[in-house]
Amino acid sequence: MSTETRLEPTPGQTIGPFFAFGLNYPKMHEVAFPHSPGAIVVGGTVYDGSGAPIPDAIVEIWGADSDGTVSRERGARRRDDHTFTGFGRAATTDDGHYEFWTRNPGPIDGKAPFFAVVVFARGLPNKLHTRIYLPEDADALAADPLLSDLSPAERATLVATRTPDGGLRHDIRLQGEKETVFLAF
Amino acid sequence: MTDTSTQAAAPESLLASPDMPTQRQINAEIADIHADHTSREARGETPAPVTLYDFAPYRSSVLRHPTKNPRLVDPETIELWSPAFGQRDVAAIETDLTLQHTGEPLGERITVSGRVLDSWGRPLANQLVEIWQANSAGRYIHQRDQHPAPLDPNFTGAGRTITNDNGEYFFTTIKPGPYPWKNHINAWRPAHIHFSLFGTGFTQRIITQMYFPGDPLFALDPIYNTIRDQKARDRLIGVYDHDLTVPEFSMGYTWDIVVDGPSATWFEPEGEH
Repeated sequence: MSTETRLEPTPGQTIGPFFAFGLNYPKMHEVAFPHSPGAIVVGGTVYDGSGAPIPDAIVEIWGADSDGTVSRERGARRRDDHTFTGFGRAATTDDGHYEFWTRNPGPIDGKAPFFAVVVFARGLPNKLHTRIYLPEDADALAADPLLSDLSPAERATLVATRTPDGGLRHDIRLQGEKETVFLAF
Repeated sequence: MTDTSTQAAAPESLLASPDMPTQRQINAEIADIHADHTSREARGETPAPVTLYDFAPYRSSVLRHPTKNPRLVDPETIELWSPAFGQRDVAAIETDLTLQHTGEPLGERITVSGRVLDSWGRPLANQLVEIWQANSAGRYIHQRDQHPAPLDPNFTGAGRTITNDNGEYFFTTIKPGPYPWKNHINAWRPAHIHFSLFGTGFTQRIITQMYFPGDPLFALDPIYNTIRDQKARDRLIGVYDHDLTVPEFSMGYTWDIVVDGPSATWFEPEGEH
């Protein structure tokens, strides 16, 4: 990182309490059209440090298509019901639940596939980055530079659980026991 | 906290702090935390993030911030990219928040413009910029905002745009009013506009707030002061720009946004119209 002409980044701030009218848009959680071939539900609950669900959080995911390609298609902010843009946004419900329709990301360069995730919430002073890994490829998961550096308990906070219907279940804990591993780059 | 219920509380009660401190207490807490970080930095300790996650003066953060240090990783694969946005994602009229209803909204009409830059100062084109704000009376359209200031039937307060080839964005809107909240007794947020941007890699994703110069509430606001360093706080304040002021129409403010890191894909032609 050169410092010669480097500009200091603009600092982040909380999303605040009243973001829905600014950030919500139709079908924002439909990364893939529901029930289209390969479409799965990815969802879970966002919890605070007391174990209470957080009803005013935003979860965003960004992932490759099932063949491992990174979509360069526009239109994630205005869905056309068929273009896979890779990006989705979900607001948590009163029960703290978030949910997406998307596809299983395929591996890129043979690496363990994951969704890049960012979380915002009222009361959270800035964004949090994390990942949601697919649980299946044990060898790729074992070789992953981040996961292999974590304790089994920490690692469990980043790997989703496959549901019987083929979806993924993944809770996010901002604080406390089983606190999700968050990332700095 | 004595409440061990795992049920989500009603949103209204979440807005009220159980132990309402005074502004003086909050000011003292803010000063202590800032001083602590300044001295830690002077001792050569690894600096905390510029925006502090653990910042108790912002009371609702107490149970919502991670207690462990984040894992430092190299961004990989998908994280090196950001979603692609383009003109098809927004309508041109969405850059003018004063045109969304049949009548003119009340308040001081303003033009807010700036550039989106990477850390090398290169402009980022085709960036989605989403904004939202209170009206001129400090009231949000959100149904949970119930404080007794009037809604404006001619103002919603949400806009979005795509940066042009020079990385520039332009919004026409109304200057938001200061907004009361229940963090502590007599708590008021300085006037602000929320901004959301993506950058060229997902690691650059940012949601932040733009403020207006000379606001007397800066020193009193726990949210603004989650940023521990004055120079960094200053970077959130728009600059009055008389060249941007439109005669007989609006006051102009300039505010540039710098995403964190160099652009991975600096020039990305739109390829569609």
